[in-house]
Amino acid sequence: MRHSRILQAGVACDQTEEHSNTLIADQDTQWLPATTGTVLGIALNHADLREQMAEAFNEKPHVNPPKTPVLHIKTDNTHIGNGAAIPAPDDGETIYAGPSLGIVIGQQATRVSAADALDYVKGYTVVNEVSLAENSFYRPAVKAKCRDGFCPIGPWVVDAADVKEPEALQIATYVNGEMQHCTTTAKLHYGIAEIVEYVSSFITLQPGDLLIAGTPQRTEKLALKAGDTVAIEIEQIGRLENPVVAEQEIAQ
Amino acid sequence: MKRARILHNGQQTDVTVNDDHQAVLADGTVINENEAHWLPPCDGKIFVLGLNYADHASELAFSAPEEPLVFLKGPNTLIGHNQKTYRPDNVDYMHYEAELVAIIGKTAKNVSREDAMDYIGGYTVGNDYAIRDYLENYYRPNLRVKSRDTCTPVGPFIIDADEVGDPGNLELKAYINGELKQHGNTKDMIFDIPFLVEYLSAIMTLQPGDMIFTGTPEGLADVKPGDEVVIEVEKVGRLTNTIITEDEYVVSLNA
Repeated sequence: MRHSRILQAGVACDQTEEHSNTLIADQDTQWLPATTGTVLGIALNHADLREQMAEAFNEKPHVNPPKTPVLHIKTDNTHIGNGAAIPAPDDGETIYAGPSLGIVIGQQATRVSAADALDYVKGYTVVNEVSLAENSFYRPAVKAKCRDGFCPIGPWVVDAADVKEPEALQIATYVNGEMQHCTTTAKLHYGIAEIVEYVSSFITLQPGDLLIAGTPQRTEKLALKAGDTVAIEIEQIGRLENPVVAEQEIAQ
Repeated sequence: MKRARILHNGQQTDVTVNDDHQAVLADGTVINENEAHWLPPCDGKIFVLGLNYADHASELAFSAPEEPLVFLKGPNTLIGHNQKTYRPDNVDYMHYEAELVAIIGKTAKNVSREDAMDYIGGYTVGNDYAIRDYLENYYRPNLRVKSRDTCTPVGPFIIDADEVGDPGNLELKAYINGELKQHGNTKDMIFDIPFLVEYLSAIMTLQPGDMIFTGTPEGLADVKPGDEVVIEVEKVGRLTNTIITEDEYVVSLNA
């Protein structure tokens, strides 16, 4: 089954339907973010990115490689649904797509072991963890990652039972219909169970909370500008597509 | 007006707070301060300022930042007045931080410094606990240091902004077991509240209930299980909580 939230006559409605592998994009549906809880991202969790950063990890200001998963918060103003506009900053600063698997929590999780962790996962969704350039991982990335609309989530959550091998899913990113980037959840440095174990060791997770498993390096391939349409497609999960619109245009 | 939330008959209940620190329900029922189960007085985004007092920055051997050092906490961290914060086993240094918290009163985007105070609905008292053992140089201070369960007592209530007047000259104090450990004044903030509203609202839309923890002055000290920690902000309120062990916390989870 898959679960989505849509806006009908101004009211948020939950919708559950049989999950099929066909990727449906209903033009008339106004999608809401597929989850409603806290959204935490796991930074530096993509094997290629860690390789790229290997030298920088040993230099100032980092000095040492990260000992633990590196978490950040995507505030509620960032959450948008499939089809909603990602606002591009008016100063023209480049923004980057952040394709990732989203892990959705199904029941309250405190101090969960890796062995039990998957019992607490309701399902999976597609996340576009949009960011300004990641020039540094030293200070919390509020400015780069918490702008309005910088976290499309959806279109839906697919039940974990319907997803085979969640750590071997292809993730493709399309800009204006052309595939620009392709990666896989096999590149996650910390796997799904380890992430849930670590986070729940000091944060009680609630049903509906979302963990962004890991984004790749933000190369020019993932750069977005006003006028673009970006789509992230994860096999077995779905396709999350959003237009990029100048902030000024949205304000009007 | 002082507004708070308590747990009453198992339900989150909005109350006002009278001059005797009692919770007053909508039907006029009065509950004494020590008999009420205080909840955090609001929910929203939680912004926290690091190194926002020059003396505290030098205490930590940092030069004062040129741009606000803002980090975020999750809702899991919040607890109300008279509640308990756990100290993990086997850590060397866990400290409180006395802070004035500004609460956003209406939706704010691209607000100028000049207009910023119109967007502050009220104030409350915050205690931004940190566990220094867990610091790493990635998204410093990281979530394991700062965004832990029970690590952010806040309250007891929100007092309307107009009853406080100028938030830029308020005494801040922290006591451990009655002994004054931290003493500062909000006039020593590097980035003041109008600046912070302008800065944050330029990045994103702020909503009513969003909280800005404005940073702490010098005077940190380690806290241990059994300690009672009181944070006082002049004209705003007095927030008490106690430290418990990790075992006690785990037991309370399963209670």
